[in-house]
Amino acid sequence: MSEITHDTLTGSAEDGQRLQFHETTEHHPETGTLLGFWIYLMSDCLIFASLFATYGVLGRSYAHGPTGQELFDLPLVAMNTTLLLLSSITYGFAMLRMQMGRLGGVMVWLAITGLLGAGFLGLELYEFHHLITEDAGPGRSAFLSSFFALVGTHGLHVLFGIVWLVTLLFQLKKHGLIAENRRRLFCLSMFWHFLDVVWIGVFTFVYLMGVLP
Amino acid sequence: MSELDLTKLIFGRLSWESIPFHDPILIGTFIMVAIGGTAVLGFITYKKAWGYLWHEWFTSIDHKKIGIMYMVLGLVMLLRGFADAIMMRIQQAWAFGGSEGYLPPHHYDQIFTAHGVIMIFFVAMPLITGVMNYVVPLQIGARDVAFPFLNNFSFWMTTGGAVLVMASLFVGEFAKTGWLAYPPLSGIIKSPGVGVDYYIWALQIAGVGTLLSGVNLLVTIVKMRAPGMSLMRMPVFTWTALCTNVLIVAAFPVLTAVLAMLALDRYADFAFFTTDLGGNVMMYINLIWIWGHPEVYILILPAFGIFSEVVSTFSRKRLFGYASMVYATVVITVLSYLVWLHHFFTMGSGPTVNSFFGITTMIISIPTGAKVFNWLFTMYRGRIEFEVPMLWTMGFIITFVIGGMTGVLLAVPPADFVLHNSLFLVAHFHNVIIGGVLFGLFAGITYWYPKAFGYKLDPFWGKMSFWFWTIGFYFAFMPLYVLGLMGVTRRMNKFDDPSLQIWFVIAAFGAVLIAIGIASFLIQLYVSYRRRDELRDDSGDPWHGRTLEWSTSSPPPYYNFAFTPRVHDLDAWWQMKEHGYQRPTGGYLPIHMPKNTGAGVILAGISVVLGFALIWHMWLLAGVSFFALLAVTIGHTFNYDRDYHIPADEVAGIEAERTRMLANHV
Repeated sequence: MSEITHDTLTGSAEDGQRLQFHETTEHHPETGTLLGFWIYLMSDCLIFASLFATYGVLGRSYAHGPTGQELFDLPLVAMNTTLLLLSSITYGFAMLRMQMGRLGGVMVWLAITGLLGAGFLGLELYEFHHLITEDAGPGRSAFLSSFFALVGTHGLHVLFGIVWLVTLLFQLKKHGLIAENRRRLFCLSMFWHFLDVVWIGVFTFVYLMGVLP
Repeated sequence: MSELDLTKLIFGRLSWESIPFHDPILIGTFIMVAIGGTAVLGFITYKKAWGYLWHEWFTSIDHKKIGIMYMVLGLVMLLRGFADAIMMRIQQAWAFGGSEGYLPPHHYDQIFTAHGVIMIFFVAMPLITGVMNYVVPLQIGARDVAFPFLNNFSFWMTTGGAVLVMASLFVGEFAKTGWLAYPPLSGIIKSPGVGVDYYIWALQIAGVGTLLSGVNLLVTIVKMRAPGMSLMRMPVFTWTALCTNVLIVAAFPVLTAVLAMLALDRYADFAFFTTDLGGNVMMYINLIWIWGHPEVYILILPAFGIFSEVVSTFSRKRLFGYASMVYATVVITVLSYLVWLHHFFTMGSGPTVNSFFGITTMIISIPTGAKVFNWLFTMYRGRIEFEVPMLWTMGFIITFVIGGMTGVLLAVPPADFVLHNSLFLVAHFHNVIIGGVLFGLFAGITYWYPKAFGYKLDPFWGKMSFWFWTIGFYFAFMPLYVLGLMGVTRRMNKFDDPSLQIWFVIAAFGAVLIAIGIASFLIQLYVSYRRRDELRDDSGDPWHGRTLEWSTSSPPPYYNFAFTPRVHDLDAWWQMKEHGYQRPTGGYLPIHMPKNTGAGVILAGISVVLGFALIWHMWLLAGVSFFALLAVTIGHTFNYDRDYHIPADEVAGIEAERTRMLANHV
């Protein structure tokens, strides 16, 4: 291998090959926001995975306290689930309106999504309150600790989703469907659907399997 | 509301009792820190440098400046972590034959906990992240990272965690639980004080920074490589950075979750880890090691990358077995998730489970061994230059192989039952972390320092640092292997058997040698700064490097590259030099860049206040700072004006200066 000195910087190519070593026009790297948000979601997913794993290990450690079979009110949870699944559909409508470039439609569907999310949270709070007054709070047993941590973490995510959604409504009103806002709508959309997917896991593993004997 | 309630609402558990006036060591330290801190702050004020620091550094979203700030943080915390280390070595060499030494157990326990936490989270992590931040965008021919603001925010969150750990020294106490805070010891019954809470919130705040920086660098590497740089043309350091950031993103959420559970147990009477209500302590230990084992690979992989760059540069050869190096890195990444249980074979999960984890652990030594051979074969018949980074690399190869072999020894479950929690283990992980991560970082710092500052580090003091560190390491930790084999357990603050004392005295002597090594490094920084004109490098390529970071000036302009490079080969810059690449001197275009912002500093500052309030149960302050955090975050999203263009004239001016420097150089 030949010794390269800095003189060759100003020399010419020896082998006659003419390779282009730089871009002569402005280079635009691909925007990474959506990939970055995906990766963030997957890391968030691992928080839920840890909580699910903990529930899997501790979910039957009742410490002579109440069991899921005694506590869970499936009709209530069914209503809850319906609200959240519907909110995903309405978010989808908002995104369709965004593709059409209709700001008003986006905002209306977003608002409906937020209301459905708030309804979901209201029912969850009602359930938590009910459990705690029945002496089935998180400190009662490891089962209830892991239940409150898992369902509560999901609920907190929905709450932050709603705060984000309201913020975005103001930003849409101010700036319209500009590129930044479209990107934010995309990210919130992924977040919202992600919470839906997690809820399906919660619904199945915690509530449906919890009421099995 | 009575006055007592009001005081409690505002100050929580904090009172004058919390300040350790009774402890002369801490008061002495506090006075030293106060004098030092006042001197630094006074000097900055005297130089009227606050505006400069704020505008050019604290609010900067330039990945290079953030990288350097990470390095400063890591080095400052290294001094703190090492002060803890040498205190422990003195105590253990002293406390024999009925002597209590000078550190009572409650103080000694805080010191070993703080030492572990600081060295891993606030020394190794910032230094590794700092090097990745500085080097990766330059190596892939990018102008910045994918999310420049997030990068600044991540740095300040990491710093925020470090601030909380430092605060625990003078306000209250730190955890007395060991660096992973196992329950039930870390539970509210056994640790009712604020120590574990400091631990939890410092790590949670720093963890946000680490996770976001992981996402950021991952997207940077995936999306922002220069045209032509396919994955298999990526420099090895960038490959290891990619794998490390995958590990960060996939491991840190587990830490967040498990610390949150511990916090719920302590703050809200949850029962995750309390046996009497059906909780399970081993759940904590499993989860924290599912994070903890990948964590050690998060630290070592970039170090492997640094060694690969250094070895090929200073052997004047292409890296031997590039593809196998990449595959080895990826295999280690995957395997690092399949070994966590080897940290607690003694849990008693039975022979089948233990042998599975024993075997997976041993398998990791195969790709690691492949790497060692690749480095050796790169050196074989190379024209080796014994510059300081190369010395660190060779010291690493020998030291790390010893540490790796003791690791394989510990991977045998029956042997582990004997050695578990002994000083043998302590010697092993210091062997791989000092001999691997730290030596790698010193190699990397010496190697890339001229890139960052435009002058080389003084080689004499670099060699002093290398030899004192290396010899000091062997003196400090080989005795611990011996003691561990004799059955001495870790975390003891005094001993009965006088025959053990000589080994601890040797270890303390080693620690003194390491102290001289650290001092030599600091002297090296100072001497090099004084001699910067002699050590100056105008070429931007002082080591005859092979990768793109050496193609730009030292230090690089804030836009890194006037024109985005186009890559045709693995060693892109080497190929450019071989083809007699001519640097363009005209035709510049405006460059699109992000703007600085103070939001990162403010958000992290509020997070520290929130953490402090939660630690001391100051519920009012906690509530206020939480809503402040939310408000500032939302406020920041209303800022749409985040970027600007550097005019072509300005680029032309900077590049003309570079042309002049290059002409001077020849």
